[in-house]
This record gives sequence, structure tokens and C-alpha cells, in this order.
Amino acid sequence: MSRIVGIDLGTTNSLVAYVDERTGLPIVIPDGEGRVLLPSVVAFAPEGIVVGDAAKRQLVRRPGSTVYSIKRFMGRGYEEVKEELCFFPFHVCPAEGTVAIDVGGRTVTPSEVSAVVLRALKERAETHLGETIEKAVITVPAYFNDSQRQATRDAGRIAGLDVVRIVNEPTAASLAYGLHRLPDGVIAVYDLGGGTFDISILRVKDGVFEVLATNGDTHLGGDDFDRALMLWLLDDIKGRHGVYLGRDAEAMQELRLAAEAAKVRLSFVERTTLTIPFADFTYSRDLTRAELEARIAPLVDRTLGPCRKALTDTGLSGARVDEVVMVGGSTRVPLVQRRVQEIFGKTPHSQLNPDEVVALGAAVQAYILAGGITNMLLLDVTPLSLGIESLGGIVNVLIARNTTIPTSAREMFTTSVDGQTLVDLHVVQGERELVKDCRSLGRFELRIDPMPAGMPKIEVTFLIDANGILQVQARELRSGKAASIKVKPAYGLSETEVERMVEESFTYAEADVETRLLIETRNEADTVLVHAERALRQGSHLVDAAERQAIVAAVEALRAARATSDRELMHTRTVEVNRVTAHLAERMMDAALKGALGTRRAAELMEP
Amino acid sequence: MDYFETFGWERRLRLDASALQRRFHELSRRTHPDFHQAAPAAEQARILEASALLNAAYRTLRDPVARADYLVRLEEGRTTREGDTQKPQAPPALLQEMFEIQEALAEARTGALDEATRGGLAAERERLHVRFRDVEARLGGELADAWDAAPPEARPRALAAIKEALATRAYLKTVLEDLSEVLDGDREAYVANRRD
Repeated sequence: MSRIVGIDLGTTNSLVAYVDERTGLPIVIPDGEGRVLLPSVVAFAPEGIVVGDAAKRQLVRRPGSTVYSIKRFMGRGYEEVKEELCFFPFHVCPAEGTVAIDVGGRTVTPSEVSAVVLRALKERAETHLGETIEKAVITVPAYFNDSQRQATRDAGRIAGLDVVRIVNEPTAASLAYGLHRLPDGVIAVYDLGGGTFDISILRVKDGVFEVLATNGDTHLGGDDFDRALMLWLLDDIKGRHGVYLGRDAEAMQELRLAAEAAKVRLSFVERTTLTIPFADFTYSRDLTRAELEARIAPLVDRTLGPCRKALTDTGLSGARVDEVVMVGGSTRVPLVQRRVQEIFGKTPHSQLNPDEVVALGAAVQAYILAGGITNMLLLDVTPLSLGIESLGGIVNVLIARNTTIPTSAREMFTTSVDGQTLVDLHVVQGERELVKDCRSLGRFELRIDPMPAGMPKIEVTFLIDANGILQVQARELRSGKAASIKVKPAYGLSETEVERMVEESFTYAEADVETRLLIETRNEADTVLVHAERALRQGSHLVDAAERQAIVAAVEALRAARATSDRELMHTRTVEVNRVTAHLAERMMDAALKGALGTRRAAELMEP
Repeated sequence: MDYFETFGWERRLRLDASALQRRFHELSRRTHPDFHQAAPAAEQARILEASALLNAAYRTLRDPVARADYLVRLEEGRTTREGDTQKPQAPPALLQEMFEIQEALAEARTGALDEATRGGLAAERERLHVRFRDVEARLGGELADAWDAAPPEARPRALAAIKEALATRAYLKTVLEDLSEVLDGDREAYVANRRD
């Protein structure tokens, strides 16, 4: 069987991994420069599409066409996401069955954006392994519903990958830990990523990983921490500088990235200084871990409800959990670690890098599917109950949440009117009693031959496969004929749309490597130019005339090079601008730090 | 193939939980789709069905109440879920006994709940929990043993006793949920109480 890679398609970063046949151990694949994390950011520039670190550098300069955190939109309808759209600088509009992002004159769906990230990972793996990669296991949050899973699978197809399995992130993580000889017992996997939260509780016994219960929130993660901090800083900036930046997309991106960086630093230090050079002023202040924790505590506490529910569903109390494993970058936050310790009464451990463990586990699952491992078996569950609408808008549950998958339920239907040829089934997912409170997966129309009312006996089989994705089959028992089913998904792309996107994606693929490198170099030059010009505007008094002159000359030279297609020249002059502005940048940072210290002293003096 | 046959066992109600789990893992290693990725499509479809059946069988057989309920349906020749959505018929004696609680519940739903009534209902809930647990224990214990030991001619009687216990349990569950809804505003609250 050909090689299958494991992919962690994350909100913030994505990774690809494989199992080395010689050692039997999973390895994450680095890019040419040794980086394993590929930022899940895609920039749609007029010259072409850029992904990863190069796209991340576009966030501030081209906020309207640089897409990040797309995972929050996968498989969702406009109504479900409209409340958080104010946090995104790009324009999200309703589209049939999904949302679309308007990126400079064209619209793309979340699956297409994710496909760009997947394709980059596919190419990375191909370069590293020296062979064509066509098959992948892709991870999703355990609490993803059917539409979100389908959207992920569609993204894989658009990227030219056969997605042989969709696997749940916390379960994948447990497989990675399992290889390192996890002792038999009950383990809780607490997975807090950039945009999603999952809790899964598993029993491990003799190589069988049996998920007992799972719960979560597909809209809660590190992104939300950044937002909480950002909103607070926005108020602080208004107070100190009298400027409200909420409507300035570029400034908001600067602020978001600075807030994120400060959050990350505060996981390791108690106090940090935040310095943001905006166009007209430089904002600088000290920030303590306690201040950050006060902002994010309500969010961290929102993860505890799902933990309790999952524990209740297993019938175990917190004390029965033998090990707690932490997954996802956000579990580095000390407050998260304290809360997890409180609820499970165990010190959580994270021997494996929380950023990499999901990808490693995906690679293990891929290796199991390829037949490379036969002593490990994963038994996962469906996170949400599946039901059909019955009289009065009540949900008739067919498959309860936390049922081991694959699983199926059979239900008999008949007609209520003579000669009726159509039976309409409305399938929903969720834990509420009323259809209107659950999420519609779609309608299934069964066509049958006309018969007197009540005569047809239609047997419908709802099957949730090992990917957690629903398949529906129907049979009229009297005739023994398979009833034809027309599926009208409430969310998601139709088969024809996916096919069109698969075709269109080849046209991007043809943009050759040289063009892409040129775009990246030009983007890098643009970023450096913006910074240098800002430095000249704000800090020219900090250096002497000769130095100023040298900077102006280097900037002019780079600007001239940027207009050409000479990548080498552009690169050399970018490096030169960086070199001649280094001293000025240092001076500016010193000045900003002194300013921050000054304000703190002033504040201390004010205290009685 | 019924759930007992899936495990290769007779229709017995006393099952050892760890033996059941061992057998489930053993059968899973045979039928899980993970180990049949290279098989032709038709074979994969068959494997998928077998795997779904095994999972359903395990889910039902590992829970003594679900296991007893399944046995009753199997013995009566009802293998689909038809009619499952109907409210269970409570034994007449129980209905009479519950008459007062039902009245109090109806009143509590229409008007405000005074402290005395609340206290009374809470005490009633406690009492019913004990009873609920007792019925469950009988289903997994003496009634299961009676079925397993019964010679063919005594089986209908053993089955009838199980059926009545199941109906009583289902009715008590509904009343407990109703009480929890009135007392805590949460139908599942009694589950939490049960664990305390």
C-alpha cells in the first residue's frame, strides 16, 4: 500500500508527519529551513497565492486579503459565525450552504482556503520524502459535527489528497502517547488549540484505545484569549493616546499579533513589555501574568463544563482518571494548567510537544491504516447525538452521543397518503429535544413507487462510519428495491461544487516555483519598506544626519529593485535596508522602553 | 445475527464485564475497518456493517438494563425499535401509588413551589431513587439469575418478571426526571444525585 501521511490541519498552525518504517516512530516533516509549523495563513495577492510564514507577514499589510483562522469557518453557515465576524479584517459573506471570503475581487470557500494549506503540506512531504503523496489522514476536533468533517474532507480532495480517514485530534494525541508506552488505565486528553477545545476520556488496555466520552466547544481557543486581551488593550490605548483603533484593520492586526506574542511570553515570565509601533505613535506598556489571567479566566472556565459532562458520560468521577494529557499550544498557559489540575485532581503532563503531538498521532493512525501497525486499535465515538425530526418538531434520537463508531441505526417509515411517492426525512445533530435547537445536517428525500397509505415499509439505515461521517441508505421492504435518496445538505458543498474546485485548484498549482519565490521576496521587501519608512517618520531625531542619509538611500535603492523582477537584487537590497536600520530600531526600542518605565513610575507615584 | 450470536454466546443475562470487554476487543481486531483498508469495496462495506453490529452489540450487552430490555424484545420477536418512542406502561399498582406525586407535580408546574411542598417532593425523589436503584439491581441480579437458570417451560414467567421490572424502572425514571425538572429545572439532575 502506498504511503499515507498524517496531517494536523490547525486553526493557527498545520503540520505533516509520517512514520519512519525503520524505527516505527512518527516524525514531523520540516520545510527547507527546518521549520515544522506551517502557519495556517493564506494571502491572496494580485500576483498569486502565498501560504505559511510568507502569508503571515502579509497580515498587517494586506489585512483584507490575508486569511487566517479559517478553521473556525469550516462547515459553518453564515448565521453561525456572524457574531465573530467583527474580529476578522477580511470580508466574509453568506454563500449557499456555507460562507465565502471575498479576497480582492474573487470569493473562496473555507474548504478552498484550507486546501491551499494542505497542498503546501503535501508538497513539503513530497520534497522531503522524494515521492508523490496522494493519501492522508487529517485530524479534526473531536467535537466537530458532520458538516465540519465533510468540509475538511472536501478540502483534502481539492488539494489533490485522498483523505483515507478523518481522525479526532485528542484521540490522535493519545495514539502518539501510546507509542511511548502509556500504561493501561483511564486517560483524559485536554486539547485546547487556537480555535477549538476538546476533552476526550479514553480507556487504554492491551493496545486498544477505547474512547469512553468526548465533549468540547468548536469555538473556543487561543484566538479567544487574544481577542479578550486585544479588547482590553484597545481601551487602554484609547485612554492613554485618545485614539480608537477598532476601525483600522492594519492597526488591529498589529495589535492582535502583539497581544498574541505577549500572551505567549507570559506563559514563561511573570511580566513583559508590549511595544507596538503604530503609524502615528508607539504604544508601550508593561503587562503582568495576573492581568492576562484576569482577562482570560472566564474563557478558561468555559472548558470546565465540557470536562464535567464528559466525566459524567463515562460514569467515572475525576479521581478515577489515571493520567491527564495536555495537547494544543494554549495548554502552555499556566492558568489552564492550574484549572485542569483542579478538575481532574492530577498533575497534567505534556512530555510530547503539545504543538506536534496531534500530527504525530495522525501519522501513527495513517501507519495503522497502511498495515504497518497491527497491535494498536483505536475505537472512537461520535461526539453528538444523531436524530430525525418527528411530529411536532421533536427530535427522535437514533444514535446517542458517545456511541462507538462505526455504528448504525435502522428505522422503519411508511406513507400517510394514498399514492405518496416521496418521504422526506430531516436529519439533525445535537443534544436538545427540539429540532430548532439542534443543527440541521440535511434532508433526505426517499422516492418510492405509489402504494396505498401505510403499505410501503421503508427501512432506512443511518450509518456513521469510522470518520464520524453519516451515510444513509433506504430500502422498500415489500419490493426489496433500494429507494432512491436525494440528499440536500443544510451546510456544505455539493458534489459538483467540489469537482469544480478540484479542477480550478490545478490552475493555481501551475503558478511555477520561480513566480512564487518572486512574490515572497517582493512581499518581504514591502514589509521592510513599511517598517523603515515608519522608523524614519517616528525616530529620525534619534540618529545623526549621515545615518539618516544612508537609510534614505537604501530605501530608495530597494524601492527601485522592487519594481524589477530581479529577485536576487531585491533580496540583497532588502538585507541592506535591514542592516542600515538596525541601529535606529534599537534606539527606538530603548526610547519606548524608557517611556514605558516612565509611565510606570508615574503610576507608582500616584499611589497613596 | 442477534447481539448474543455476534459474541458467540447464548442468551444469558449474567455476563462478566471483563470477559465481555476482552471478547469485544478480540472481535474488534477482526472486524474494525482500520485493518481492512486494502480490501475491495464490497468487502469493505461488509466489514463496516459487521463492525457497526459489533459496536451496537457491545453497547447493549455491557449495560445490564439495556441487555435485559434487548432480551425481552428478542424473545418477543421485536428486533426493530418500532414503538420505542411510546411512553412505557406502568404496572397498575405503581400508578395508584404515584397518584399523589403526579398531582403534586401538576400543581408545582402551574403555580409557585412553597418550601413545604418542595421539601416533600425532594424527600419523595430520594425515596424513589432508592427504589429505582433497587429495580436496577434486581434486573442485573436475581431476575437475571432466574432467567439464566430457568428451564424452557419456566422461561415465559422469568421473562414476564423482567418485563415488569423494566416497565417499573422506565416509569420511575420518568417520574424522577419530572421531579428533577420541577426541583432543579434540569431533567438530568437526578443522575447527578444518583452518583452522590
